Amino acid sequence: MAKIELSAVRKSFDGTEILKGVDLRIEDGEFISLVGPSGCGKSTLLRVIAGLEPQSAGEVRIDGVAADGIRPSARNLAMVFQSYALYPHLSAFDNIAVPLRMRRLSAIERLPLVGALLPSRRRKERGIREDVAGVAEQLEIAHLLGRKPAQLSGGQRQRIAVGRAIVRQPVAFLFDEPLSNLDAKLRVHMRAELAQLHRRLNTTFVYVTHDQAEAMTMSSRIAVMIGGELVQVGTPADIYDNPRDIRVAEFVGSPKINILPGRIRDDGRIEALGFALRLTSATAPGPCRIGVRPERIELGSGPFSGHVVHAENMGSEAFVHLGVNGSDARLVARIDDPRRLPPIATQVSFGFATDAVRAFDPEGKRIEVEIEHAERVRERAIV
Amino acid sequence: MPSACGSGPLSDAATIDTAVVATPAARTPLRKRDQRAMTAYGLVAPAFTLMLLMLLGPLASVIALSFTDYQLGAPALSWIGLANYQEMFADRVFWISLRNTLTYVVIVVPGAVTLGLAIALLIESGTSLRGLYRTIYFLPVMATLIAMAVVWEFMLHPQFGLVNGLLRGAGLPAFSWLQDRNTALYALCAIGIWQAVGFNMVLFLAGLVSIPKQLYEAAEIDGAASAWARFRLVTWPMLGPVTTFVIVISGIRSFQVFDTVHILTKGGPSKSSEVLIHTMYTEGFEFFRSGYGAALTVVFLVFVLLLTLIKARLADRGVQTA
Amino acid sequence: MKNLRAIPLWPAVRHLLLITGAVVLLAPFIWMVSTASKPPEEVFSSELHLIPHHFALWDNLKVAFAKANLWRFLLNGVIVTVSIFVLQVLIALPAAYALAKLRFLGRDTLFALVLFGILIPPQATAIPVFLLLHKLGLLDSYAALVLPFTISVFGIFLMRQFFKSVPDDLVDAARMDGISEFGIVWRVMLPAAIPAVTAFGIFSVVAHWNDYFWPLIVLNSEQLRTPPLAVAHFRNNEAGTNYGPLMAAAMVIIAPLLIAFLLAQRRFIEGITLTGIK
Repeated sequence: MAKIELSAVRKSFDGTEILKGVDLRIEDGEFISLVGPSGCGKSTLLRVIAGLEPQSAGEVRIDGVAADGIRPSARNLAMVFQSYALYPHLSAFDNIAVPLRMRRLSAIERLPLVGALLPSRRRKERGIREDVAGVAEQLEIAHLLGRKPAQLSGGQRQRIAVGRAIVRQPVAFLFDEPLSNLDAKLRVHMRAELAQLHRRLNTTFVYVTHDQAEAMTMSSRIAVMIGGELVQVGTPADIYDNPRDIRVAEFVGSPKINILPGRIRDDGRIEALGFALRLTSATAPGPCRIGVRPERIELGSGPFSGHVVHAENMGSEAFVHLGVNGSDARLVARIDDPRRLPPIATQVSFGFATDAVRAFDPEGKRIEVEIEHAERVRERAIV
Repeated sequence: MPSACGSGPLSDAATIDTAVVATPAARTPLRKRDQRAMTAYGLVAPAFTLMLLMLLGPLASVIALSFTDYQLGAPALSWIGLANYQEMFADRVFWISLRNTLTYVVIVVPGAVTLGLAIALLIESGTSLRGLYRTIYFLPVMATLIAMAVVWEFMLHPQFGLVNGLLRGAGLPAFSWLQDRNTALYALCAIGIWQAVGFNMVLFLAGLVSIPKQLYEAAEIDGAASAWARFRLVTWPMLGPVTTFVIVISGIRSFQVFDTVHILTKGGPSKSSEVLIHTMYTEGFEFFRSGYGAALTVVFLVFVLLLTLIKARLADRGVQTA
Repeated sequence: MKNLRAIPLWPAVRHLLLITGAVVLLAPFIWMVSTASKPPEEVFSSELHLIPHHFALWDNLKVAFAKANLWRFLLNGVIVTVSIFVLQVLIALPAAYALAKLRFLGRDTLFALVLFGILIPPQATAIPVFLLLHKLGLLDSYAALVLPFTISVFGIFLMRQFFKSVPDDLVDAARMDGISEFGIVWRVMLPAAIPAVTAFGIFSVVAHWNDYFWPLIVLNSEQLRTPPLAVAHFRNNEAGTNYGPLMAAAMVIIAPLLIAFLLAQRRFIEGITLTGIK
């Protein structure tokens, strides 16, 4: 169980800065996801926490102790790698036993032939066997312990890798895209398992992924990283509903948030696609961008009109791709009932509630908006 | 693909072939298949004729010859059963030769393998000058062994050689290496190791590079704090297949030692550096006792095939565990 | 903490060990060049010195070229190695293609024979092949040097493995374009296999340039000698008297391959380690 504090962590490789000053406080027992597009530096940050890469500047503190210069092996963190990094020559049992053997056995006891003869080694091996068996039972992998990694499926390897991580009860777990090598179905299943595992172990989980769905479904908090910086840290709901930055808004959510061209008029009113909304902003007049989530677009009525370009029926829901009339903007709307899917090329009108609007300035920063008048709840955009 | 279907006129053979195949075959697929099988036999025919003539035939003949008394130029040969083998097993020179060959293998293989591994590990343990070191250590592999043997001979020259010069400089006794029956074989071993180290190093380097970096990181996280612990946990087991491979290759090559022996010692002094292939060469090509030489060849073959068999066995096991 | 202090030390130790090893390994080359550059009175002196007092490399080279027809021997080396390689490719490539991409009765048996052939060391067949060449009256000729090596089972194996990785679609596309099977080998497969053929070529040329055993057995005439044989004869004739020119001759013989190696190291290392697959 550990609290991990990062302050002003920087890292550069050959002159290019991968981490540009990251501050993050990871609370004891929390499940935090580091999420962002590939190349954003999230894996590097995880490796800095693990001690596999030294940071160029800044500080990493684990439970209040500065970790600089402490070897990865001495940090008492466990890591699950994307490729699982199981030792191919060792059985599943031996793979899980490695961290225990490395810690509990002395160098002499680890020697191949001589070590096995020592009585102390035999005593410790008994303890190791019990611990491995306990973990195997927890993860339901007892029947796999005799096999080599090559004889295991992707999902089974993943479990062995998790077993190797939890067996020595580390202060925190680091996960580096552990599900990305699994097929889609298994990935969804493992999400639930990992979340349960976290609840059971009640230990700090730091989870790196490029898949926003993984981050949204499992974590207590999400830290969105873009271009080597932490753009926003918050609960999944907060990140989704209240993005501080257009890049966060665009990264989280599938399908992507719709971005429409907009403008802040001189009187402070906000326009979208040329229509004035019942929204005002104190920000200086000028162009802006209007974000509306697909599920907040309402088809059938409203001030805007468009034509159906493409429709995706997912069975339980459907997505309609619209070309907006009089603009080259495109947007996606979600319909709960696919039976109401409009045919391709038909004209539809649409609108959205004022409280669905997230406005961003040209740099992508969020703009605070004020809803006009008293009727704030589910108000249509005005004509 | 791009250059494959590129320009250039069809060769005559190709055009004719296409014409023949394309028209009638379109209607009768069966004939087309026959045609293609015939083409296949045409394609393999030269290779397999030569293979029978230069490889498999001679291999069978060498075994057959070993049961005859054939001598080059003799008008006839007769079947003499195991007489060649009896003579061989009764010959002191054969046993000396076999013992020397085994001694050579037993010294050169561990020497060249451990040194090759050590150099590869040293080179991989840092990042600077990797390419330069690899090039330097590989030079002896490239250099014509006969030419370098002549250089070694002068290096080992009792009076004017570099080695004795250095020994004398250090106040140590000098030897007349290649002319001394107590040192000749070991001097040849040293040359053998010198030549083979770079080859083994390159194979080990390739093996080291193919070990996933994440395994070392996992080992580090799992608590393997010392370089030795990581070597034991990751490097050594992961190099296992490469190592057995390098050992067997070095073994087979050492069994074939001939060049240095023939030019530097001719097996001497007093047979102290006589080795199997050199004995075979002397009997078969200097005395032209083809039958007896063939019997020696068969012994050599048995050893080499034995090593190959061991390799195949180990390789099978490697596949299962990998 | 401990390893923080170890970090600056290790690279130094690494370089120290590697440089020591390199000096030992390079000693013969250095000694060769040094001796080749010394006049006789310096060669025959018990006092060790690396840099000659009188630089005599050109004189020694002149003597070497005068005593032995080194140009001719180098040319022989080129003729023999190039002929062997070209014939090996001409013969191995079609067979490799057939084994990799065509179906015919006996294919697996033939491939098994190829695998078996790889296991046979060249010394094992020397006596019967020698007798065969004797019967054909081919001994002591270029043919004797080249013919036994025109078939490379290893080359067939290597090329077959490579061709296996060429997609069948490419072959089918060529057939659709009306190229014959024979044409496919040279116009589709060969261009695709250039890297593998290059590696094999380096392996083959190096092996036969350096080969001593076979030329020693089949050659008699001076004008046919290959480079290794030339050095051997030079040494036998001049042993103990003329080390300067002998070392100069050795330099000349190893120079072509060494220079080629230094120019294309990666390819050479790739090619030579092919024997590792054997």
